Amino acid sequence: MTALKLELRGITKRFGSLVANDHIDLTVEPGEIHCLLGENGAGKSTLMNVLYGLYEPTSGEIVVDGTPREFRTAGDAIAAGIGMVHQHFMLVPVFTVAENVMLGHEETQALGWLDRRRAKKKVLDLVAEYGLAVDPDALVEDLPVGLQQRVEILKALVRDAKVLILDEPTAVLTPQETEELFRVMRSLRESGVSIVFITHKLKEVKAVADRITVIRRGKVVGSADPAASETELASLMVGRPVDLVVHKEPAQPGEVRFALDKLTVLDDFGNVQVDAVDLELREGEILGIAGVQGNGQTELTQAILGLRRPAAGSIRLDGRDITALSPRKTLDAGVGFVPEDRQHDGIVGEFTVSENLVLDLVTRPPFGNGISVDPKAVRDNARKRVAEFDIRTQSIDTPAGSLSGGNQQKVVVAREMSRPLRMFIASQPTRGVDVGAMEFIHQRIVAERDIGTPVIIVSTELDEVVALADRIAVMYRGRIVGIVPPTASREQLGLLMAGVDDPELLARAAGNPNLVTEDDSTATAEGSAPEADPTAGEEGQA
Amino acid sequence: MSNTLITPEAEAPQEASGAAARTLRAAARRRALITGGGFILLGLYALWAFGLGTKSGIDATFGMTVSGSGPEVGDLDVAARATAIAMAVLCMAAGVARIVLAPDNKLVGRLTAGVFVVAFLVAFLCWAVAGKQMSFAGALQNTMLAATPLILGALAGVIGERSGIVNIAIEGQFLFGAFGAALTASVTDSLWAGLIAGAVAGGLVGLLLAVFAVRYVVEQVVLGVVINLLVAGLTGFLYSQLMRPNADKYNNPDIFQSHAIPLLSDIPVIGPVLFDVNIIVYLMYALVVIVHFALFNTRWGLRARAVGEHPTAADTVGIKVNRTRYLNVSMAGCIAGIGGAFLTIGTVGSFSKDMASGAGYIALAAVIFGRWRPLGAVAAALMFGFFKALATSLQTLQTPIPTEFLTMLPYIVTVFAVAGLVGKVRPPAAANKPYVKG
Ligand SMILES: Nc1ncnc2c1ncn2[C@@H]1O[C@H](COP(=O)(O)OP(=O)(O)OP(=O)(O)O)[C@@H](O)[C@H]1O
Ligand SMILES: [Mg+2]
Repeated sequence: MTALKLELRGITKRFGSLVANDHIDLTVEPGEIHCLLGENGAGKSTLMNVLYGLYEPTSGEIVVDGTPREFRTAGDAIAAGIGMVHQHFMLVPVFTVAENVMLGHEETQALGWLDRRRAKKKVLDLVAEYGLAVDPDALVEDLPVGLQQRVEILKALVRDAKVLILDEPTAVLTPQETEELFRVMRSLRESGVSIVFITHKLKEVKAVADRITVIRRGKVVGSADPAASETELASLMVGRPVDLVVHKEPAQPGEVRFALDKLTVLDDFGNVQVDAVDLELREGEILGIAGVQGNGQTELTQAILGLRRPAAGSIRLDGRDITALSPRKTLDAGVGFVPEDRQHDGIVGEFTVSENLVLDLVTRPPFGNGISVDPKAVRDNARKRVAEFDIRTQSIDTPAGSLSGGNQQKVVVAREMSRPLRMFIASQPTRGVDVGAMEFIHQRIVAERDIGTPVIIVSTELDEVVALADRIAVMYRGRIVGIVPPTASREQLGLLMAGVDDPELLARAAGNPNLVTEDDSTATAEGSAPEADPTAGEEGQA
Repeated sequence: MSNTLITPEAEAPQEASGAAARTLRAAARRRALITGGGFILLGLYALWAFGLGTKSGIDATFGMTVSGSGPEVGDLDVAARATAIAMAVLCMAAGVARIVLAPDNKLVGRLTAGVFVVAFLVAFLCWAVAGKQMSFAGALQNTMLAATPLILGALAGVIGERSGIVNIAIEGQFLFGAFGAALTASVTDSLWAGLIAGAVAGGLVGLLLAVFAVRYVVEQVVLGVVINLLVAGLTGFLYSQLMRPNADKYNNPDIFQSHAIPLLSDIPVIGPVLFDVNIIVYLMYALVVIVHFALFNTRWGLRARAVGEHPTAADTVGIKVNRTRYLNVSMAGCIAGIGGAFLTIGTVGSFSKDMASGAGYIALAAVIFGRWRPLGAVAAALMFGFFKALATSLQTLQTPIPTEFLTMLPYIVTVFAVAGLVGKVRPPAAANKPYVKG
């Protein structure tokens, strides 16, 4: 395969009066992994969309192997050997994996008849070659986000791209999946493919980058050595020193405020995703829920919010049964909720930033009274939150959908954390936000805990769970298989996440035979309730 | 080793555990109880009104042949009262079966519903036709007459919405197609030219819709209604200014004659209905098959659906979203235009003002009732056509049912079908969403 050298010269892209890219020069050498670092809204995605032919640059040129090229559509860029994995999924949910992979360059027989067998085989070949297992016949909408990301990567690989753009592919991946991706990236580099890799996780940058370019507010502000420390990279990116460690006092847990009792939740197909989970959450503590994606975390949070009616069991908040409440009522009961998929459940893209900041609050004072809305209060609130959470937006009247990915996330977090809460539950609260914003959001979550609010953090990001949580519950196949303190070793957490419940192995991993049973609640949570267990076993065999 | 341990795929979820399964079963039982109970109650009503409400000793006669076409089949005479009672009992039996047999079995649900509907209908017909004669074969023929344009219009709707553009303008495409076909066939004296003109006329209306929806990003529902009014006005004007004064010259087309397919048209009862028809109906059969298979099995279909579900994703793999939409909506317009042509050169033989009379909107309902699938839409259109034909037949029979009610019948059935039976369906995600690039 002939390698390809790519140069961006003086690329400028304006959206109205906003300059998203300001005379950016960037060279990607054949066979290198080139990391783009930059805050939320710095213009990384915009630059890549220009390169990929989706946005037309206001000025500047793209030079491929010495010849200037013009990419008017993504098709042109693809033809030139450029592939891209987008920050937000570009998959058709109702199509199968194979259909998504072949879309745009379909294998056909006479009359344009789809050759599904060949398409499927192509997917399976790639799966075998790169070890990215996924069922070609599965519907994409049924796949957990980690697997969807895999499909995106397969889509890019199937076209034999010579330059591969990866826009925050790891934001939704578990550490193991990320490791797999790195393996793929390295082997692609061996074969001469150059890769532009965007991420906010500095560890990853250090692990794979050959070269690093830092962008701030639309301009290239310099390059960095992959050997530089994380703190150095962070401050170069944000333009100020960043504290990468979460500072918090030990928790002062009070009485039990929130409790799940044998909660059982099914997915749309009637499969048990949350299996008789018992859980107690105390005032002023952060409970982290760790686990590999797809082990019931999504359904658990949906059930708590009322998006999914539990099949059995109960949810109690401050002594009140909230099991059957609608999402509206649950929010009114004082539950703050950050959903895992911000684009889908967190914001309304066509609405403005200020509207999105009061989305679920407009029916109540101070923003409204159920009949009319007070526009001034809404705007004042928006200005305040935008400043407080450092949301990078052109104005508070900008449609939220045009914000950069990280800034959309900040909008969701800002909305949910800006009212008095009785409980706060967040899925991947810092997905896609830069280190500076992450620092801030983490501080806010700890502050929320310190005023007594019970907090649940669901994250596949082990670092985040360990940094924030006062207790960590590990979910595996719909059950809480263990509750450990954040001091537990990575090996122990890893084993629990893999569903290993051999006490001896766990104790060895923990380096402390007493650790597993240190907390009394573990015993009940672990095997779920004694009487539920045998029934579940029977059904399982039936 | 740690690697193998730590990367368990989120495996196939487990069977429902005890509590969950119990809850699910309870819900299914409740649903079965409600539906089954409904069947029994309606069955009781049928027993009272249709069974006991019919005098004993008289027959209901159903004609099974239309003279001059297909093999001769004798009339069907049934003892009205006895049959109605039997059917009412069958309705109730379906209800009981729904409750007693496996409540969460989908097949049982469908089967019992099917039995109920047919039995109820037969009971009703026995009562209505008691002592008289109704041509069942004639009703079937009228069904096809009403359904043919509806099916073509619904195909146009399916293609449009699947590509992300709501085609409210089917009505306008019908009208313009009917007008274009009548005019051209009259002037050129060629039915084929008329048919092509009808398709082109419908295609033009489709193109108009596409231009305003894609290029000028106009709200598609409003746009469609406006286009329908525009076409109605335009054809109405041309009709009164041009066609009516010179009807011989401009509004006097031939009609496509029917052709019987050997063997197939010899099937008793349905043979002549389905296989002794004119070329537009045969064309409709072909289009149904082609559109259905093309939509789900060809590159064109895959891309059309991608554009209608997630245009941004389609764009990122190099598919030209707006061009695809232009093409598909225009093509859909052509198909609806053929449906319009059927109204003039396929049946009546002349154009008249507003002759589509709302069929375009019914076709749209068929799209939704058919869950955006061509074959589903066909079933919906046939159902509407059947009830319409039934209503017409009963009107001429002078049954105790008020005529106004009979005129409403097909629409009532459609409303109930769309509202009640369709249940939770999801339209194409990007229907009515213009695609504007950054
Ligand atoms: N389609 C658009 N219309 C208007 N403004 C846009 C559009 N796309 C991006 N922007 C603006 O351009 C700026 C750069 O956004 P971009 O998505 O490139 O940031 P980013 O560096 O990828 O950030 P993140 O790390 O959060 O993904 C932001 O201020 C964003 O609001
Ligand atoms: Mg981005």
